[in-house]
Amino acid sequence: MGLTKRLSGVHVDHRKNTAGMPIIPMPVPEKVYIPMSMHIGAPCKPLVKAGDTVKVGQLIGDTDARIGAPIHSSVSGTVEAVIQGMTQLGKTDTSIVIKTDGKQELADTVVPPEINSFEDFIKAARDSGVVGLGGASFPMGAKLNIKPGTVDYLVINGAECEPYITVDHAVMLTYTRDIVDGIKAIMKWLQIPNTIIGIEGNKPDAIKAFNDVLAGDASIKVHELRQIYPQGAERVIIYECTGRKVSYGMLPLNAGCIVANVSSVLKLQHYLKTGLPLVSKYITVDGNIVVHPQNVEVPVGTMICDVIEFCGGLKEEPKKIVLGGPMMGRAIPRDDLAVMKANSAILCFNGAFAGQRKETACISCGRCVAACPMGLMPAKISRAFRDKDVEMLKEYEVLYCMDCGSCAYVCPARKPLNFEFRQAKAMVMEASKK
Amino acid sequence: MAERHTDLIVASAPHVCAPANTASIMRDVLIALVPALAVSVYVFGIRSLVMAVCCIVFCVFFEWLVRKIMKRDNTIGDLSAAVTGLILAFNIPVRLPIWMAAVGCFIAIVVVKQLFGGLGQNFANPAIVGRIALFIGFAGPMASWTINSRMSQAILDVAEIDATTGATPLGMLAAGQTLPSNLEMFLGLISGSMGEISAAALLLGGIYLIVRKVISPAIPVSFLATVAVLSLVFGLDPIFQLCAGGVMLGAIFMATDYVTSPITTSGRIIFGIGCGLFTMLIRVYASYPEGVSFAILLMNILTPHIDRLTRHKAFKPAPEGGAAK
Repeated sequence: MGLTKRLSGVHVDHRKNTAGMPIIPMPVPEKVYIPMSMHIGAPCKPLVKAGDTVKVGQLIGDTDARIGAPIHSSVSGTVEAVIQGMTQLGKTDTSIVIKTDGKQELADTVVPPEINSFEDFIKAARDSGVVGLGGASFPMGAKLNIKPGTVDYLVINGAECEPYITVDHAVMLTYTRDIVDGIKAIMKWLQIPNTIIGIEGNKPDAIKAFNDVLAGDASIKVHELRQIYPQGAERVIIYECTGRKVSYGMLPLNAGCIVANVSSVLKLQHYLKTGLPLVSKYITVDGNIVVHPQNVEVPVGTMICDVIEFCGGLKEEPKKIVLGGPMMGRAIPRDDLAVMKANSAILCFNGAFAGQRKETACISCGRCVAACPMGLMPAKISRAFRDKDVEMLKEYEVLYCMDCGSCAYVCPARKPLNFEFRQAKAMVMEASKK
Repeated sequence: MAERHTDLIVASAPHVCAPANTASIMRDVLIALVPALAVSVYVFGIRSLVMAVCCIVFCVFFEWLVRKIMKRDNTIGDLSAAVTGLILAFNIPVRLPIWMAAVGCFIAIVVVKQLFGGLGQNFANPAIVGRIALFIGFAGPMASWTINSRMSQAILDVAEIDATTGATPLGMLAAGQTLPSNLEMFLGLISGSMGEISAAALLLGGIYLIVRKVISPAIPVSFLATVAVLSLVFGLDPIFQLCAGGVMLGAIFMATDYVTSPITTSGRIIFGIGCGLFTMLIRVYASYPEGVSFAILLMNILTPHIDRLTRHKAFKPAPEGGAAK
């Protein structure tokens, strides 16, 4: 207890079937559907119309909002239509449909940005179109726009603690030097003295790759994380790497930290180096029915079913397709939806895997209490939620839940605990408004 | 054009779960009880197995029946009723009339468990209340111990003088008679309730449960340690006190019942210490020779308070001026 307490978590089968596989670029599909809302913050307004010719990296959507990220064409071709339709986020949104010409010609605007000041750097971070690629999709330009010199730690997230996903691992091995260059650029312009790269211990080759590149650099360290989910959760990785605590109602900035995913830093660095914004995503395609599980580079806006087809299709009828890891990823109702910037995995499962689990009574076994990295008591919160008891929900601090799903993972009664807690949090917020 | 799938299952994350479910946990408890059952059959004969099967059948039947009458889901598949049946059987003398055992099963399953809402809702351990009800309702039959030649010579000697009572080690201790050796106590070559006699077999089951992560060691260790320490305080032989009566069965299989014990590790340690404390106080000062079931029942009642006392606080920076910045 006390100072030496380590955050809990759960041991989940790694199932890193695609570990060690290279990232294969996928040929451009016939059409891409690029959504105008792929990030936290204001959606973009389309800047092109049907009939326009576009090239790779061309700006096709933008917003004036402070929190937002511009959107660029991932292909060269002709805009077929600007449509309203369902996106993978489950809501109707504007998307730009582009018929590709297969030439993948670069736009004239794709030239390395000239950076001479902090303002230039923030503009570049914004123009890169990069958002938090660990899943949060917070715009990079907004994240880095702080007062220089006010942050002491840049925490780089290379934990990849979700099962199945291996793209970050592949990226760390393939682009080690680029990631380090990206880190140095951020450190330089934001005047951050220290960087800690957190990597889970199941990727010793990635740890070694960084240590080799960094040799002798005292300001950037690699921290080996324990092999336990969710080491990659923002609050957890900050605590593990720096010992600082960030909890509900706080930003990493409040603890003097900025956290960025390795892939986000890499995409930013690619923009700084080449001027090519974020137009393609590295994605692990796996699950238990994909013919050729692998890591692919996919143009943003490619339909998920096209990506699956490129991986050889499926061995049997899918019942569940998850975007992201199985612990926190989102199950989508259909696969004719576009790949977005923050997607890191497409996992396809058959009925045996996806089968509805029967919920039984809570037996107070305490597994959820032992598992919660935030030190909460999920069994008690669940009971308070069932009783619609807002006071108890507050007493058991449901707002500190970060929705990692560790409790529901271990629950032998198969209770959808974190799902309940999302509703419980809404109840508490609603009650505190009154 | 790639093949499209438009009727996928949408569910909230996580999409994977740990292998253990309620039924598999209960199955592990049943497996862990097998060594003690085997010793019981060896010492008491085949009647022991008959009693075990009867109690399981009664408990499962009552569970099925009462849920049917109350128009609730059938829950016999979670195996919790079977566990209650077997543990209750372990708590009664092997020659208890079967109908009395059925009464105990009825009280455990219908009154203590289902009338409070079923699995997870009962505040007291059903098997313990079943045992206490039998103990009070049928005091004679519940204290009539089977003696046979497989047991320690010390017990046989006592049986010659008094064939019906006083032949359990705790009774013999109270009467100041020569006791079985500690090795005989440990192995279970003694009389007593049919499943409580062999500390060795119960410990084996306990180790299985801990290795399988079904139970945490917190309650058994704190319970047994408290009994041992208090034995020394009262000038008693700790090995004898640990092996005699229902301490092992209680500490490993009954005090660890999830539903009726605290949910946090610190709470479980307090709970175990309380169980050990009351067990020894009853053994030393009360008029009953044995106190395990009363001790556990008392701690069951305190469990909600212990849970509140040991409530976890959320991960957050120390308030104002602490280590946060």
